[in-house]
Amino acid sequence: MADRMPRVELLWWEGCPSTDDALAMLREEMAAAGLDAESLRVREVSTDADAEREEFVGSPTIRVDGRDVQPVQGEPIGLSCRVYLLADGRISPLPDRGEVRQTLRDAMRGGD
Amino acid sequence: MSQAEATKVGQLAPELDLPDTTGTIHTLPLPGEAPATVVVWTCNHCPYALGWHDRIVQVARDYEGRGVRFLAVNSNDAERYPNDSLDAMRERIKAESWPFPYLHDESQDAARAWAAQVTPHIYVLDADLRVRYEGAADADHMEPAQNAGWLRGALDAVLAGEEPPRTATEPVGCSIKWKQ
Repeated sequence: MADRMPRVELLWWEGCPSTDDALAMLREEMAAAGLDAESLRVREVSTDADAEREEFVGSPTIRVDGRDVQPVQGEPIGLSCRVYLLADGRISPLPDRGEVRQTLRDAMRGGD
Repeated sequence: MSQAEATKVGQLAPELDLPDTTGTIHTLPLPGEAPATVVVWTCNHCPYALGWHDRIVQVARDYEGRGVRFLAVNSNDAERYPNDSLDAMRERIKAESWPFPYLHDESQDAARAWAAQVTPHIYVLDADLRVRYEGAADADHMEPAQNAGWLRGALDAVLAGEEPPRTATEPVGCSIKWKQ
């Protein structure tokens, strides 16, 4: 059982085809962690103003208690598709599943 | 977004007349000048374009000896996406070894004329500059073993004077970033 229920958010932009895959992966990892996948907050970022307000550096962006699953490192804010680097070195439109899992676990333990 | 009707398989390709990262103007070959030409819409910041890039580069190297021409085009709005600016394109070319020119479509007229939708978006032309394949390089941007099989299959067919096994597939990638 989860020690606590972190706030999990997925921010997406319609210009990227990765949203469905990101949602599926995130829901699987939430369920595997004992979290209610229905509690996932899914929010569309559709304008430059939205992107500025959300500090959105690309779609999909997954945050757990406000912490990005792959810390932002100078990527410009804007409506774009996010470039993730997987643990095996490949470039991907989705974050590394292991990083998603670890971020969820850290949050459930009360952060790190 | 205003676009021409999509460039369809079987049609003659629209013109292409764009500068590369050094300012040199490139066009499509004259009819009959090359047995096949590949035009790839791509960019610097899209994970799909980056994921497929090495495979496309390898195809260009593998087919270079058979006279196949490759042209890469970046049409993204550099004002809103500075990673796709001409300077950023130059930096990338400087850092990487590309076997084909990287063309800058600043006006976005080429993307509109070709109705390119995403990066990457691939067109294979025959010697007469007729579009014979349009779409993705292969079935999975995350799987290098796919080896750009759809693109290679189309090229092999065109070079053999045959119909490609697939003439069109869904181009998967990041939308072209149109100026607003």
